[in-house]
Amino acid sequence: MNRYVSIESVGKTFETKKGDFVALAGIDLQIAKGEFVSLIGHSGCGKSTLLNLVAGLIKPTGGTILLAGKHIGGPGTDRGVVFQNHSLLPWLTCFENVHLAVERVFESDRKQRTHAALELVGLSHAEHKYPHEISGGMKQRVGIARALAIEPKVLLLDEPFGALDALTRATLQDELMRIVATTGATVLLVTHDVDEAVLLSDRVVMMTNGPAATIGQVLAVDLPRPRARLALAHDPRFMELRASVLEFLYEKQAQKKLKVA
Amino acid sequence: MGAVALRKGVIPLRTSPPHPAAKMLGERADAAKVRFEASTGYRRTRAPEWLLTVLAPLVGLAVFAGLWALIAKQGGGRIPDPITVWHAAAKIFADPFYSKGPNDQGIGWNVLSSLKRVGIGFGLAALVGIPLGFIVGRFRFASGMAAPIIALLKPVSPLAWLPIGLLLFKAANPAAIYVIFVCSLWPMIVNTAVGVRQIPQDYLNVARVLNLSEWKVFTKILFPAVLPYMITGVRLSIGVAWLVIVAAEMLTGGVGIGFWVWDEWNNLKVEHIIIAIFTIGIVGLLLEQALVLLAKRFSYE
Ligand SMILES: Nc1ncnc2c1ncn2[C@@H]1O[C@H](COP(=O)(O)OP(=O)(O)OP(=O)(O)O)[C@@H](O)[C@H]1O
Ligand SMILES: [Mg+2]
Repeated sequence: MNRYVSIESVGKTFETKKGDFVALAGIDLQIAKGEFVSLIGHSGCGKSTLLNLVAGLIKPTGGTILLAGKHIGGPGTDRGVVFQNHSLLPWLTCFENVHLAVERVFESDRKQRTHAALELVGLSHAEHKYPHEISGGMKQRVGIARALAIEPKVLLLDEPFGALDALTRATLQDELMRIVATTGATVLLVTHDVDEAVLLSDRVVMMTNGPAATIGQVLAVDLPRPRARLALAHDPRFMELRASVLEFLYEKQAQKKLKVA
Repeated sequence: MGAVALRKGVIPLRTSPPHPAAKMLGERADAAKVRFEASTGYRRTRAPEWLLTVLAPLVGLAVFAGLWALIAKQGGGRIPDPITVWHAAAKIFADPFYSKGPNDQGIGWNVLSSLKRVGIGFGLAALVGIPLGFIVGRFRFASGMAAPIIALLKPVSPLAWLPIGLLLFKAANPAAIYVIFVCSLWPMIVNTAVGVRQIPQDYLNVARVLNLSEWKVFTKILFPAVLPYMITGVRLSIGVAWLVIVAAEMLTGGVGIGFWVWDEWNNLKVEHIIIAIFTIGIVGLLLEQALVLLAKRFSYE
């Protein structure tokens, strides 16, 4: 298997006031180049933690993470991150927000690249607006444009559509599928949404509940691309896949929770 | 009007009680309204907006002038009445920038030299206080170091520093500037530090994933995020500085609005003192308003 991103027996223990808290333990995951992988699991299981480890924002307390064969020691522009709450800088316009990322990576054609990234997410008309002047969905798109503009090796998305209404979410999911298809990006997506995970991914990685969360099950989504949302709604294979994720989340992982409680 | 009508319509339909406090407030307002309507016998109509914004302040000022005139009359001429002061003011402001030697200058010069002291003292405080605020806000150790010093010195009246200023500089003017510097320093440090501490982790994470240079982090993230807090610090400082300069100048002498007040007291020109009070108030108001405008310009939401 092509190990483009390689997470090798990674663990993360947080030091807290009440002693050590083992958030993640024994995580092994390989992601191939151009693959789309989703992380799904109950709230608080450690999805963001794992994504932040790959982003280099935090360091693992055990194991290593490799990107294209190289050890990840910290954040870098080879990875584009889309944060859960857009995290645009409110004093910069959409254009300036994206340009800030571009000028760090590219020497030439910075303006063109910025325009192109915003065009890719369909926001050319809002380039000179400030974040507070645009809708939540548009902000999230600018966040995606900012991450894409640096042409990262890997795109890391932490519940990028979590705060949006269902209609906007669907539109942006379709858009993300289109963008990933045209750029061939390698993607790691954190999500709560079972439909989103199955619709977008090549593989769905299901995490057990914390503490000491780990990978419970990995589901390969063998649906052909391009995928059409409406057609899939009645596709028996889609339903099957969806059912097995739901089963994992609400039977295997929910039971544990009940026993604890 | 709209809100009241709406609430009236809602009350009978209220099946599940809303938040108890909201309910209480609503009921109290309704009760007051009923009482009002009963006593006057007609439905209340809200006064037009312009009446409130223009007329109310005018009425307030008129009441103030009336009380003043009353007190002046009772005082038997010791306190000048509004008309006398008005005429004196007209004379003074007819030529605010005359200069007959160092101790006899127009009110304009006095105000300007006070403003100049505030400006210099305050500018120096900003130069020192803002960088210190960044350091105190960014590093836990520095914040621990600064906390007891600031806690101890902040409540001290800035005027208590005046003798030390006189001792250090051996002249009145730098001593007054020094007092302004000291009193402006604390708000600048504290507000800048608070601003630095509240910068959302998200913005700093953006800086990290984009690998921004230290310079970019400062100019594109730290500085703009802290700016509104710094402006609040500036506002507080200038307000205090303007209060303090008058007192400091009374003690040090020279040219300045505070000294002018003292001089007019020695000349027993009470109407001039009252004019000075209004002038100080208006200049303070203008400073405050200018900074509010500045703050609006740099707020992002
Ligand atoms: N800096 C930290 N210090 C201590 N504990 C932490 C820290 N960050 C996360 N945790 C803990 O680690 C666990 C996993 O957190 P994480 O944010 O990764 O969850 P998540 O799966 O992303 O949840 P959600 O879906 O709600 O975003 C949680 O129990 C959380 O309390
Ligand atoms: Mg999370």
